[in-house]
Amino acid sequence: MTPVFLVAAALAVAGALGVILSRQPVHSVLALVLNFLGLAALYISMDAEFLGVVQLIIYAGAIMVLFLFVIGLLTARKDPVEREAGEPLPLQRPLSIAAAGTLALLLGGSLLVARFGGRPGVPTGFGTVKEFGRHLLVTHVLPFELTAFVLMVAVVGVIVLVGRKQA
Amino acid sequence: MVENGYLALAAVLFALGGVGVLLRRSPLISLMCVELMWNAANLAFVTFARMHGNMDGQVFAFLTITVAAAEAAIGLALIVLLFRRREHVDVDDVHSLRG
Repeated sequence: MTPVFLVAAALAVAGALGVILSRQPVHSVLALVLNFLGLAALYISMDAEFLGVVQLIIYAGAIMVLFLFVIGLLTARKDPVEREAGEPLPLQRPLSIAAAGTLALLLGGSLLVARFGGRPGVPTGFGTVKEFGRHLLVTHVLPFELTAFVLMVAVVGVIVLVGRKQA
Repeated sequence: MVENGYLALAAVLFALGGVGVLLRRSPLISLMCVELMWNAANLAFVTFARMHGNMDGQVFAFLTITVAAAEAAIGLALIVLLFRRREHVDVDDVHSLRG
């Protein structure tokens, strides 16, 4: 347990708790950015420098700004959006907390039992932009191209959903 | 082994995202909690990549980020559609979008 891991993990968990517990959606977005900052630090501490930077630029930058735009668009009316819309379902809180606790126990317990055979040490150039690009564009070029297709489908889908004139 | 701490953190973050999806009734917050779960899975990918000295996990995490971006765009479009119909939106109102 390095100090970097402890601080970044605390940031990430605090951000996740903030997302769940805050009343205003804007506060949730800011907490989520905090979570992403912690995760980016963790990535960099695991020699995934390029992914850490991508996490900051794409997630904390682009996607969160998209969330903020939508929240700004929706709260331009007089009422705050986030009044909790409905009454909670009966037993929703205890059941959901129990389900998530079971999930955490299962995942954590399997981690405690499992013995992962790792290789000590990493090859030279691990996680650098050069190696990453070689793997992305040479070894895994087909998934990379499919990603472009997925993004195009998303763009067309958004236009179909929201772009049409409706009453 | 140091990496077990990273994996345990990924498990905790995934469970926190899950409890958010189950607990909150605002579709915006639910979408953010789904993003939390994507990121927990990404953390596990990067951890295993580091553990095995193999870049494939990092490439997979990168592709996951791209798909998450597409998912966020479509999810937000659906939320905007929902809010056009009502003032306050509950995740149970999604069926009102049925064409």
